[in-house]
Amino acid sequence: MQPLLYDNTLDTLFMVWWSTFYAVLIGIPVGVLLHLTQRGAVLQNVVVNKVLGAIVNIGRSFPFLILIVVLIPFTRLLVGVSIGPTGAVVPLALAAIPFFARLVEAALREVDHGLVEAAHAMGGGTWTIVFKVLLPQALPALIAGVTTLVIQLIGYSAIAGAVGGGGLGNLAYTYGYQQYETSLMIATVVELILLVTLVQILGDVVVRRLARRGGRASSFRVGLRRTRTEEPVAVTEAA
Amino acid sequence: MITTTGLTKVYRSGDREVTALDGVDLHVREGEVYGVIGQSGAGKSTLIRCLNLLERPTSGTVTVAGQELTSLAGRGQRASAPLRAARSHIGMVFQHFNLLSSRTVQDNVELPLEILKVDRRERSRKALELLDLVGLADKAKAYPAQLSGGQKQRVGIARALAGDPKVLLSDEATSALDPETTRSILQLLRDLNRKLGLTIVLITHEMDVVKTICDSAALMKNGRVVEQGTVAELLATPGSELARELFPVGGEPSADDRTVVDITFHGAAATRPVISELSRTYNVDISILGAAMDTVGGKQVGRMRIELPGRFEENVVPIGFLREQGLQVDVADVAGAADATAEAVDDAVTPAPAGALQKEGAK
Repeated sequence: MQPLLYDNTLDTLFMVWWSTFYAVLIGIPVGVLLHLTQRGAVLQNVVVNKVLGAIVNIGRSFPFLILIVVLIPFTRLLVGVSIGPTGAVVPLALAAIPFFARLVEAALREVDHGLVEAAHAMGGGTWTIVFKVLLPQALPALIAGVTTLVIQLIGYSAIAGAVGGGGLGNLAYTYGYQQYETSLMIATVVELILLVTLVQILGDVVVRRLARRGGRASSFRVGLRRTRTEEPVAVTEAA
Repeated sequence: MITTTGLTKVYRSGDREVTALDGVDLHVREGEVYGVIGQSGAGKSTLIRCLNLLERPTSGTVTVAGQELTSLAGRGQRASAPLRAARSHIGMVFQHFNLLSSRTVQDNVELPLEILKVDRRERSRKALELLDLVGLADKAKAYPAQLSGGQKQRVGIARALAGDPKVLLSDEATSALDPETTRSILQLLRDLNRKLGLTIVLITHEMDVVKTICDSAALMKNGRVVEQGTVAELLATPGSELARELFPVGGEPSADDRTVVDITFHGAAATRPVISELSRTYNVDISILGAAMDTVGGKQVGRMRIELPGRFEENVVPIGFLREQGLQVDVADVAGAADATAEAVDDAVTPAPAGALQKEGAK
């Protein structure tokens, strides 16, 4: 039982790691673009914004199980296989990209517009706005978003596992459910719970550390404005 | 230093149009502190944002330091490279400071230098020098959240100075601060104005700010500049609302048969002790009901309200004497004297009492 648990844990971590990696890699630019092209923003472009928004919405509304099936040919094209941990990374990442893009967009929306205006007044261009103002200021919210993303992917990876993706989900389904090895199933579930809890705690610690720097202890009237950096914590719970 | 001509800004939302600026002609001289005052909604915030084109004016031109910024504006929301270059040499400070909470104080001041692509060592040197200038050298490694409001605004000022600007725009920089901190920030701005020859345009809704540091002022109402000029010019303008607000005189006559006179001191005549001369020459007892005087360039400027015994008819000669001294003299309407000062100029058309020497706009 133990080597089985160990191998499948590695498979789960493999799937979660790589799908998170791609979701962050692609989700951040998509989220930034969504933010920048909205009405009144620096790169205001209604067409791009609407099209991108529609794609993201379609991606998010697909039931994950259906998405896996629909993507089988694409997955095979991309990585050569459609099952196993490697095959699961593709639908996981594709489901996670629009999800994370929206989290990024929401995080950027919380950045005080006055900061963007100040950067413009200094002569900063779009590059400066994105890399020196928006992303650093939204960092606590982005970290909170990644936390949510990872937890979401742990859950999705279990679904992927149940339909041939490997990992803990597969283990719980094939051995625990189909072969009535209740203890194995319970062990898997407990491990997933621990995994999720660990990720959440880790994310919260990082967010809190970043947020403390940015200012709960702020003073005077701007207190209300500055404590916005604290909100990401709430986002995690709400998502 | 800064000139706007026919500056107009119209906001459209749906089929509604809001005119925020309605043909503003502003003229700010080099090296002066210029205050734009008005109530909220008067358009002053839009005006200052048009000066560095954070807001694109609907029509009209903006020229800063000889460069016509309105001709540099690119298409759409994005600023063209020349406009961005011009902006980096126009400092701006904000009501809510707008410091990046993710950066230390020093890194905040370095941000404009990063935009100007100054190398790391030079950035650090310059930032520390500027922090020293605003009196925050010891806070370089602190985060904005650890500072008080006044300290944050000092960081904002240091940051605004990083691009060696000739012009500093101040958008209600002291409005979020308590009175004492306000004074110290205004003092700092005054010092920078003198030390660096910095031209400062500030917008505010507080007359005290204008009183404390401005060489010139403009009053905005409904998107228009209704009065503008140096403090002395404003004082010399009969019925100037700004002059009256800058130098408020109150005080009611002690009895019915008194003549109340408002005297405005400006120009060369202001250096002489006219009140005691008047008293001695005509042997009249003069009571000073109120006065708001200031010394500008060694000269006394301001307004004073005095009371002479007897009715207006009995005081024609002393009043004539005051006018001969080159002073602006307005005989206050005794009946309305009580509420004379703080009111808007709009009702200055109130019929004056019988009196041939009554000046226009007097009350």
